[in-house]
Amino acid sequence: MYGALWRLMPGPWPVKLLLSLVLVILVVVVCFLWLFPAIAPYMPFNGNSVQSGLPFPGPVTSVI
Amino acid sequence: MKWLRWGVRALGEVLITVSLFLFLFLAWQLWWTDVTATRAQAVTIHTLEKGFGPAGTPQPRVADPQAILTKVPFGQAFAIMRIPRFGTDYAIPVLQGTDSENLTQGIAHYSGTAFPGQVGNFAVAGHRTTYGKPFANIDLLQSGDTIVVETKTNYVVYTVDSHVIVTPDQVAVIAPVPLHPGVQPKQAWLTMTSCHPRFSATQRYVVFAKLVRSIPRARGLPASYMAVPAGTVG
Repeated sequence: MYGALWRLMPGPWPVKLLLSLVLVILVVVVCFLWLFPAIAPYMPFNGNSVQSGLPFPGPVTSVI
Repeated sequence: MKWLRWGVRALGEVLITVSLFLFLFLAWQLWWTDVTATRAQAVTIHTLEKGFGPAGTPQPRVADPQAILTKVPFGQAFAIMRIPRFGTDYAIPVLQGTDSENLTQGIAHYSGTAFPGQVGNFAVAGHRTTYGKPFANIDLLQSGDTIVVETKTNYVVYTVDSHVIVTPDQVAVIAPVPLHPGVQPKQAWLTMTSCHPRFSATQRYVVFAKLVRSIPRARGLPASYMAVPAGTVG
């Protein structure tokens, strides 16, 4: 996979290296800004409130 | 043989990639969310302070200051929590409603529970780790510690009473009289809930505090309340 990517990139090796760096940065940015924030709520270690849904009404979503 | 070699190599590359993504996710969760949340919360504090006006600002007389608070829309920051035990510069916005989005932006107030200073239970939740981790050191709070909740009209001063560690379904901790659901409240409580143990969500660390007094903003907050208690580490 990585070998194929390297062969697919055009130019001499410095250009390939630069391109790889750009790709890596792109992947990190996409993960940090979109992917991780989207999956974080499903992680099992992020709870800190108590809830059962019974004694209290759900969140007040409308402006009174 | 050639195919087997290819397969092993592909599997290896996939596993390496997965591990890199896991490490990247850890870095994001444990470090980057703190960076961005701390920055965003500082902006919220600045906006709130500007909206509240400087200490001692005479406020227009309102018959019932709490009535204004009960109209706070979901997701809006309406108070600043200060805990001298966590440092004199500790100031975290309190937002209305406890969904995961609000919890990334500060301390979240359980909808339907009392507002600061009201008789009943002003119940809030905060992250123990990640997203600015406002309640990172909740386990260091000792009975007698001061907690100040600053609203547009008042400085509401509480002192820590006790703590319990419960399972996440124990909603009795945020009852109007903490741990005694159904009982008519006679005094004002503050309840703070957070993850326990750290980096886990299997339990909740819960701190109860009692109202000491509510000081009108115009009078200012006596400096003694913001004194860092003895024995504070870090």
